[in-house]
Amino acid sequence: MVSTTLEEKLATVRFRPDEVPHITVDGEICKDCTLHSCVYACPANLFSLLSDGSIVFSHEQCFECGTCYVACNLEGAISWRYPGGGLGVSFRDS
Amino acid sequence: MSVSFDVVVVGAGPAGSAAAMVAARAGRTVLLIERGAYPGAKNVSGAAFYAPQVLEALVPRFWDSAPLERVLTRRAICFTSPSSSLTVDFKNAGWAERPYNAFTLLRPRFDRWLAEQAVAAGATLLCETVVDELIRDGSGAVRGVRVRRPDGDIEAGVVVAADGVNSFLAKQAGLRGELDSHDVSLGVKEVIGLDRSTLEERFNLSGDEGMTYEFLGSVSGGVSGGAFLYTNRESLSLGVIVQVSSLAERRVRPQDLLEGFKAHPAVAPLVRGGRLIEYSAHMVPEAGVRMMPRLYGDGLLVAGDAAGLCFAVGLYLEGINYAIASGWAAGEAAAAALDRGRTDAQALAAYQSRLEQGFVLKDFRRYRSAPRFVMSERLQNVYPGLLTGLAEQVLRSGPEPKRKLISVARAELARAGLPMSQLVRDLVDGGRAFAW
Ligand SMILES: Cc1cc2nc3c(=O)[nH]c(=O)nc-3n(C[C@H](O)[C@H](O)[C@H](O)COP(=O)(O)OP(=O)(O)OC[C@H]3O[C@@H](n4cnc5c(N)ncnc54)[C@H](O)[C@@H]3O)c2cc1C
Ligand code: SF4
Ligand code: SF4
Repeated sequence: MVSTTLEEKLATVRFRPDEVPHITVDGEICKDCTLHSCVYACPANLFSLLSDGSIVFSHEQCFECGTCYVACNLEGAISWRYPGGGLGVSFRDS
Repeated sequence: MSVSFDVVVVGAGPAGSAAAMVAARAGRTVLLIERGAYPGAKNVSGAAFYAPQVLEALVPRFWDSAPLERVLTRRAICFTSPSSSLTVDFKNAGWAERPYNAFTLLRPRFDRWLAEQAVAAGATLLCETVVDELIRDGSGAVRGVRVRRPDGDIEAGVVVAADGVNSFLAKQAGLRGELDSHDVSLGVKEVIGLDRSTLEERFNLSGDEGMTYEFLGSVSGGVSGGAFLYTNRESLSLGVIVQVSSLAERRVRPQDLLEGFKAHPAVAPLVRGGRLIEYSAHMVPEAGVRMMPRLYGDGLLVAGDAAGLCFAVGLYLEGINYAIASGWAAGEAAAAALDRGRTDAQALAAYQSRLEQGFVLKDFRRYRSAPRFVMSERLQNVYPGLLTGLAEQVLRSGPEPKRKLISVARAELARAGLPMSQLVRDLVDGGRAFAW
């Protein structure tokens, strides 16, 4: 199929997540955020805004692109580093 | 520190592998460090590889051994409105022969091959290894790198930061600040499989020849950016590349833009019947000289995307060639400085002079105003609509009397809400950015 859901897209990618999350989000800082740019900008849709206004994040299907920390509206909300050597995403056919 | 190399190159993308190859050929001990499981595992491009002469000078007749997809003989530029499109389709049969104009390729395969060339030249490749920090002496000069492994300190005469668009090393060294969301774009891409004969028939290709499409206008859903579709041997590489700030402001998701792009009437027939092979995402540095860091410091050189050396303006998206050219210059400058026994910033300044003399910095300086110009709202959304609107008025048929071109143009300008004076100003700005 040419038209695909994000789940179908992500299913084509090989991820070997680091046990220690390479990205962490500081919920306390996010409480003051009104724009939630991370939610829109992440190409793997890893940031979700809950109805109580808090953000949940999971690192397992991350492309390590960096878009979230560049787009983030508040200093210090996202701590970002690369996952351990050989871990994380491995593109094969791109 | 127990382990020591003359040159430590961080990142086995095209910039790093070129730097490692050149420094190793100059007789230096070289360590090429890559965090991925293999070179290319983390890397995404369209990918059309332009100015292949740059690589041919390093690896003669590289097309005999490099994993390439198709040799590009056709380039189409497509202006879009939501329901229509106007395409300029240029073909040059001569591009199928030496000196080739461009090739399509897939990065995980190509990067592996290029790193092997660096190894063949004598460099040591260390994969699955993240460089976390630069090691600096009391005066601040870079003396090595710290990798995320036990006993992870590695000493270096010169460190080449070829660590891509996010370059945490250039930032750590104080050569550049935080990335600005106006200066970088996010590319989301799919590789879609199509059997070879369907692909060649659909795109009118024969043998190994291939073509590229660049799309401007409504395909990026009102977000600043564009889209591409390139032919590989048995697949298409396609994607949308959009400014990060604009994505956040418009509150649209990149994957939805990608779906909208594939559904556009100009694109849907090209991808019909295809099967998704892999989805990927990566950032592109797009601001040219405006975002360029200082290119060298004491014991440190910055090359490729890490230095913002990606030429991304409108119809052009070229980074692999600039990465190879800048990596080459960095490898050469590092080896020459070591030969003279001095690796301070002044001794490494030859790197920048070399880039200024060659096409790399000439291109970036000449087109310095182009990135801002192409990201403007009018160029992104108004002009592509104006062009397709004009084409429609000229080509449509009906029982009304035909109007002459000038009156059609006036009416379309009015419909787009564009005063003639603005058009003239944009023509001058565009001319300054691209023509003179
Ligand atoms: C969607 C998209 C389409 C594009 N299309 C084209 C195109 O068609 N043609 C073209 O010429 N260019 C294109 N580009 C631009 C091109 O991809 C880049 O300019 C090019 O990859 C830059 O090469 P580089 O070697 O500088 O960086 P990269 O290719 O990013 O390589 C950096 C390497 O460093 C490694 N690394 C990073 N940090 C560390 C660390 N701390 N420790 C160890 N290793 C590390 C990474 O894993 C990676 O292998 C495109 C880019 C995108 C995103
Ligand atoms: S690095 Fe990219 S893929 Fe990973 S969470 Fe951030 S935006 Fe999403
Ligand atoms: S944009 Fe930054 S501060 Fe706002 S919700 Fe996302 S992570 Fe938190």
